[in-house]
Amino acid sequence: MNDFWKLFSRNRSAVLGLLILCLVIFVASIASLIYPGDPFLYSKYPLSKPGENGFLLGSDSIGRDVASGIAHGAKTSLLIGLIATFAAVLIGVIFGALAGYYGGLVDDVLMRVTEVFQTIPSFIFAILLVAIIKPSIESVVIAITVVSWPAVARLVRGEFLALKNREFVQACHTLGMSDYRIMLKEILPNCLSPIIVIGSLMVATAILIESGLAFLGLGDPNVMSWGFQISDGRSMLRVAWWICTFPGIAILITVLAINLVGEGLNDALNPRLRERN
Amino acid sequence: MTNSLLKISNVDISLPEGSERLLAVENLCIDLVPGETLCIVGESGSGKSLTARALMGLLPAPHVKVTQGQIDFCGEDLTKVTERRLREIRGSEISMIFQEPMTALNPVMTIGGQIDEIFRYHVSMSAAERRERAIQLLDDVQLPDPAQIVNSYPHELSGGQRQRAMIAMALALEPKILIADEPTTALDVTTQAQILKLISDMQAVHQTGVLFITHDFGVVADIADRVAVMQYGHVVETGTVDKVLNNPEHPYTQALISSVPSLVPRSARARSEETVLEVKNVNKTFGGGSSFFKFGKPSRVVDAVKDVTIELRRGETLGVVGESGSGKSTLARCIIRLMDSDSGQIILNEVNICDLNRAEMRPWRAKIQMVFQDPFASLNPRVKIGQIIRQGPIIQGATQEEAEARTLELLEIVGLDERAFNRYPHEFSGGQRQRIGIARALALNPEILVADEPVSALDVSIQTQILSLLDEIRTKMNLSMVFITHDLRVAAQVCDRLAVMRYGEIVETGATADIFDAPQHSYTRDLLAAVPGQNWER
Repeated sequence: MNDFWKLFSRNRSAVLGLLILCLVIFVASIASLIYPGDPFLYSKYPLSKPGENGFLLGSDSIGRDVASGIAHGAKTSLLIGLIATFAAVLIGVIFGALAGYYGGLVDDVLMRVTEVFQTIPSFIFAILLVAIIKPSIESVVIAITVVSWPAVARLVRGEFLALKNREFVQACHTLGMSDYRIMLKEILPNCLSPIIVIGSLMVATAILIESGLAFLGLGDPNVMSWGFQISDGRSMLRVAWWICTFPGIAILITVLAINLVGEGLNDALNPRLRERN
Repeated sequence: MTNSLLKISNVDISLPEGSERLLAVENLCIDLVPGETLCIVGESGSGKSLTARALMGLLPAPHVKVTQGQIDFCGEDLTKVTERRLREIRGSEISMIFQEPMTALNPVMTIGGQIDEIFRYHVSMSAAERRERAIQLLDDVQLPDPAQIVNSYPHELSGGQRQRAMIAMALALEPKILIADEPTTALDVTTQAQILKLISDMQAVHQTGVLFITHDFGVVADIADRVAVMQYGHVVETGTVDKVLNNPEHPYTQALISSVPSLVPRSARARSEETVLEVKNVNKTFGGGSSFFKFGKPSRVVDAVKDVTIELRRGETLGVVGESGSGKSTLARCIIRLMDSDSGQIILNEVNICDLNRAEMRPWRAKIQMVFQDPFASLNPRVKIGQIIRQGPIIQGATQEEAEARTLELLEIVGLDERAFNRYPHEFSGGQRQRIGIARALALNPEILVADEPVSALDVSIQTQILSLLDEIRTKMNLSMVFITHDLRVAAQVCDRLAVMRYGEIVETGATADIFDAPQHSYTRDLLAAVPGQNWER
């Protein structure tokens, strides 16, 4: 663990990313403390500039606090990103592991299924899914999961293909170990590093998809999110720039931070790249 | 010496920070005269390959570089010349052949195209002249049908042919020095013998100075004029081949030479009457199958194992020898049921294990275990040693305590400290890892051990230790062993009986001493004749 931190911290920008990410998580977790009550609650001061009338980042057309929206939206974005990524990684690992390990017909069938998902442009597919099911937190999570798992499945399949013929796996066969155990205990730990890396980057993509959906009005109407705030403020961009800008910046730095962390993880976990500098 | 081609004096080569030692090569002094073959011998990590790369200016800069000393090549100091001059020297005056010809050749260029490049960069000739010269060169290295090979891609040639093509390229401009970095290590013995002869023939014609890097004392005995022995970056001994091989002075050289297995077979032991394993008419083919959604022409069918019948008696070691692609590893994997054979019987304790399904096979797994070739690939890097050894007995139904006690006992048997229990594989050297692999195989108290090239990835001194460990265990546990190897020297020292394989078939079986004394099949005779260093016996 110490070694890992040493390797990770060699990449300065990854550490910066981690700090920003921690800050975002912190804000999300104390959102209800610093801005108690419903972020949709409107006040009698619409379109206040940042700093006016006690609004740190201004208020929108019906007087909702932008800062409160960002804090509560952070919770939504992170939760959706994490849950969707976790589900996508889980499905992807199962598909990829079975396809790579068993090969042959199993591989052919599973990979053809995966390709069907990959041939549809992911964002359009997500829109379609949310439109079919009705917009809610669950449907957004499902949509993001459905469009993101194929990449994981491909990656894991490749790793399993490479590892299943290694001698240590053959040695387990000669001991009479069950397939399930070989996959879970012997092969999977050896491909955790790329899975962690792709997973961390997928959180960023999930946040972007969620914001995109909310921007198009396909988010959960009862939950505050960054995409909703931008969508709401876009018609007033020229009179009240702050409504769109601050949630936009929130998305930008969160996604950037996660990407930096992902890259840092990649450098630290992937020994081939360690000596890159 | 006034006519010396190359004089390396007091060279230090640095290693990156955090390596196991500070300098890869320290205070190196070597010289080479025209027409001479100097062998640099040493085990892995001794710095011999870096020495060769330093001469060509091919060190992986910036961390690994020559920090001190001179490399004097015909009056020029190679450590000081410009990159431009170095490019001129490379290929035309000093050239190099590598261990693995497949990776050293560009896979998307024809052989002719790669030879052509050398002439294009170094001399001015017309395209037709260059082509003619390329064909001539390929003919010089005795490649069949050079006019066709000049248009072939590397993958269309065999390993030996590729190495010949590399030699043709290396000698294209008649360099003064040829550096050969383990050029025959990846080749079969019969091919190795041909390549070694080719190198010395070409050397005689061109009076080239050859710097030959190898770990194999048999090869040294065959080709060297002088020898330099390296250990941990130091040259510990230099001298004529006769003096170093027959009268070594440095203790390290003595130890190395004494660990070279002798070609005189061990004395035969009495053969038991009890048969423990019978392989009857086993066949295994690869390819040919077509799967779901895959159209096009069916792939080529290869007979990896063809109608093989062998018998293993209790306490006996049966060697399966053959060159790469002879099917010996496939046979081993069929015996241990890592692969299913297409037809035939494998009879263990009067049961044909080929008929058993996975669940039925499980109890039989304990009776027959395997030791793998690559000590680095055969242990899961994420699992602790204790767990690696312990899991076999647990799968077979032992309790945690029993398995743990057995593991500690085994660690002692294979000569490892019990603290190894809680460590990960990367903390161990190749030889120690092979010991762990052996302990894992022994954990189930097998009757039969299948060892697939268990020592071919190890240095010669470690090889001796592992072989004597196997021998000790075999006696102690009355194990029967199927020992797969390509190295006839190792086979002579380990095996009671031999089965010689070629193209998936067993061409000859018999007691080791009989086969060495009077080989019946012509292929066996070729194999024996190709073993390097026959005329030298320590």
